[in-house]
Amino acid sequence: MKCDLVIVGAGPGGSMAAKTAAKAGLDVIVVEKRQEIGDPVRCAEGVGKRALCEIIDPDPRWIAAEVSGARIYAPDGTSIVMSEDRAGDEVGYVLERKIFDRALAMDAARAGAKVMVKTRALGLCTKGGKLSGIRAMRLGDEIDIQAPLVIGADGVESKVGRWAGIDTVLRPKDIEICAQFLVHDKRIDDMYCEFFFGNKMAPGGYIWCFPKGENLANVGIGIQGSKSKGGEAIRLLREFMKSHFPDGRIVEMVVGGDPCAGLMEKTSADGMMLIGDAARQTDPITGGGILNAMRCGIIAGEVAAKALGIGDVSEAGLKEYEDRWRAVLGIHLERSYQYKEFFVKLTDADLNQLISSLRNEDISKMDLRGMLRVLFRLNPKLLWELRHLII
Amino acid sequence: MLAVNRYKCCYCGACVGVCPVCALELVETWLEVSADCTECGLCSKICPVGALEVQS
Repeated sequence: MKCDLVIVGAGPGGSMAAKTAAKAGLDVIVVEKRQEIGDPVRCAEGVGKRALCEIIDPDPRWIAAEVSGARIYAPDGTSIVMSEDRAGDEVGYVLERKIFDRALAMDAARAGAKVMVKTRALGLCTKGGKLSGIRAMRLGDEIDIQAPLVIGADGVESKVGRWAGIDTVLRPKDIEICAQFLVHDKRIDDMYCEFFFGNKMAPGGYIWCFPKGENLANVGIGIQGSKSKGGEAIRLLREFMKSHFPDGRIVEMVVGGDPCAGLMEKTSADGMMLIGDAARQTDPITGGGILNAMRCGIIAGEVAAKALGIGDVSEAGLKEYEDRWRAVLGIHLERSYQYKEFFVKLTDADLNQLISSLRNEDISKMDLRGMLRVLFRLNPKLLWELRHLII
Repeated sequence: MLAVNRYKCCYCGACVGVCPVCALELVETWLEVSADCTECGLCSKICPVGALEVQS
């Protein structure tokens, strides 16, 4: 089997790259090891409305709910409210990822890409010292897919980068370990995404409650890997359910790991680009990764078409990918990583102080950066280490 | 050896991402452990459901 571009993984990043490259005239194959795209979900499903709409027209089939803001709870129970248009990138729509991921893969197929499910990449092939495609297992048979260019969109488990000599191993402190229930409970506020902080409740992370309409919500937890022990994420989530939704009915359970690493030194090599979670392009402070994966997927698709057009898929030929995605996300991811490194050190007393200091401030019209600036003004001593990021 | 409790495992792949020696591979619902495993135990610490255990 032969093509111009083979993409490993049919998540939002892989599908956007496939669609973009196919539209530009490339012969594209997407391999997905699962037999069903999008399932099981590994995601809290919250995305920023405006940011999503800049990438794709929203479709009611994959939007579960729209929220009007975010409520943030301190360890002592104090809460503050941020409105949706200012609450950063992570709230606005709550998606139905099972449908969303399939819709994006179908868009890629409609644009001309070939999607192969139940096909798992086993390694990269080389010919004369050059990358020449991938070896894959499809329904028990080993096949070669020849292509001069490979995109690794293979998520948190990514192997494509490792095969190409890029170290993508996640240190435990740079992965959030997550568990989530889909919960039905009358107490669920359909209008707000809620975030709960506390070192006992969610060490090095937070608990979220993202409504999906009609008193359903994704109630989940992320804890820092370095503060985890076997089974800790699910145990803490059960504890939270007992105290906050004692009558909640759990109708689904999902778990997963979320990369919260800093900027990778490089996300491309000769004949290879990484996108999305595979490139650790997730926002380290929120854990949100869908939109970044889609943005970088589009860039990678465009660069693939250009590089193949001029016949240079070497690392130098793919440099435009590195330059463009870093121009869009680089500073943001770097800052977020430093915020994360700082915030995971805070005690509950620190968190209480920070959140309660905002009680008498009007933060309803602020974005995350504006809020941090106010926080810094009110708590200069506590946030001194962050001064170079905030001012 | 690294024991996988397949009744507990929710096949999320978090362990695959942290394995320093690339010894784990998730095949749909089946976690494969290769002979490269050094029994370092990182995966068992981060497993969200406690499905992994290094047994002596």
